[in-house]
Amino acid sequence: MQVRRVGRDAVLVEIDAVAVPAWFAELRRRRDAGDLAFVEIVPGARTILLDGVPDPAALVRTLTLLPAPPLVSTVSSRVVVIPAVYDGPDLLDVARRWNATAEETVRIHSSTRFTVAFCGFTPGFAYLTGLPPRLRVPRHPAPRVRVPAGSVALAGPYTAVYPGESPGGWQLIGRTDLRLFDLACDPPARLSPGTTVCFRPVAG
Amino acid sequence: MTGGGRCLAVLRAGLLTTVQDLGRVGFAHLGVPRAGAVDPPALTLANRLVGNPPQAAGLEITLTGCTLRFNHATIVAVAGAPATVLRVDLRPVDMYVPVPVLAGRVVHIGPTRAGLRTYLAVAGGIDVPAILGSRSTDTLAKLGPAVVRDGDVLPVGRPSGTPAGVWFMPFPSPARPPLRLRIRLGPRDDWFTPAALRLLTTETYRVSPMTDRVGVRLLGSALTRLSAGELQSEGVVLGAVQVPANGVPLVFLADHPTLGGYPVVAVVDESDLPLLAQARPGTPVNFRLRGR
Repeated sequence: MQVRRVGRDAVLVEIDAVAVPAWFAELRRRRDAGDLAFVEIVPGARTILLDGVPDPAALVRTLTLLPAPPLVSTVSSRVVVIPAVYDGPDLLDVARRWNATAEETVRIHSSTRFTVAFCGFTPGFAYLTGLPPRLRVPRHPAPRVRVPAGSVALAGPYTAVYPGESPGGWQLIGRTDLRLFDLACDPPARLSPGTTVCFRPVAG
Repeated sequence: MTGGGRCLAVLRAGLLTTVQDLGRVGFAHLGVPRAGAVDPPALTLANRLVGNPPQAAGLEITLTGCTLRFNHATIVAVAGAPATVLRVDLRPVDMYVPVPVLAGRVVHIGPTRAGLRTYLAVAGGIDVPAILGSRSTDTLAKLGPAVVRDGDVLPVGRPSGTPAGVWFMPFPSPARPPLRLRIRLGPRDDWFTPAALRLLTTETYRVSPMTDRVGVRLLGSALTRLSAGELQSEGVVLGAVQVPANGVPLVFLADHPTLGGYPVVAVVDESDLPLLAQARPGTPVNFRLRGR
């Protein structure tokens, strides 16, 4: 683990990508227990940003002495099942890249246990990991101007569901009716870092 | 919508007027940016003058001013970028003092004479519903109240404090160019050549026309990277000096995204950001190193 200072009152913790969910849970637990002090905790692909830190120098010293948390046991066991209609405009392209049929592609995707690695891009946009590296797909070179809300998408090592309509360059393989970001709910985001996610194929 | 309660009617919204308080805190891990006033000291001062707590919501009024009519007798205060005109009906009034406004009177705020953003606070605060703990409009994430439009009616809360007993407030004159922004290097200064880091603190950059609540793009020399690798998405802080693909830095303000995919070479001191948020396109900017 390496810890870098960011401005006056933030620090950036660099760790292996696979360790991010466990560290996120562990650092939140220690904050809630009063052992660590910070306001925001923002996981990224291989980092965790702690912002609003009252004493960054002391936090850096504390963090470097923390034992690494076990990779899975501290992560929430909450599972969100997302019903998905696999009829996206890029499904056949993705199948071709995977050397699979459309049916096999749906079976692979819907039998994978995903974990929310981090959130960003727009409120409630969760980057899900779980597909093996050989199934990475590139983004579209020119993003679509309009990706509909609920689109199930792939890019790089990640799967995501667009929580609202937005521009986007990811490969669209399906859609869901499940609302992922709803201000009427507490918390507003159904998916947060560490959440386990599965997709269940349903008929359109 | 307001049940006949205290409210203000927007007769002229101007170029961009938004409701702002001190922003959303504690939701960055869900992809929710902070938002809030880009010149927090100006909003906080206006709030203090009308007897509001610092976190009360006011109006952030950009460049062209706005015109408001109050349905109730109240106190307002205006701070931030100096307006060419500030009147209640036909009577000129001053910025940086509590201004009594009778029911039915119209407050005219003219275009800014210098700077970009003028703030208006009203006793009781703008009382739109709070979303995730804040009444701020987030122009990037599209959270909070919509941008203020002509004809909008905004609810005003119950006054909770006593207006400040001042006749005259010394107020900061707009910063004289060039702006000197204090920075701390990192977290990704090691992605850049030593020459690029020297350039960052010696070059005079200029504020580009692409300056908004998300950030301020600069004009000037590109910073050369040591390697061409791609940065994996990581958390971004307020004031981050990010270096996008073209190499010319930009500085993130209140509506910045929670994650970024380009290296952040340095971070501007939070206390210097209001200067940048008030800087018009063309303003020269120097970065000054202040150690880590």
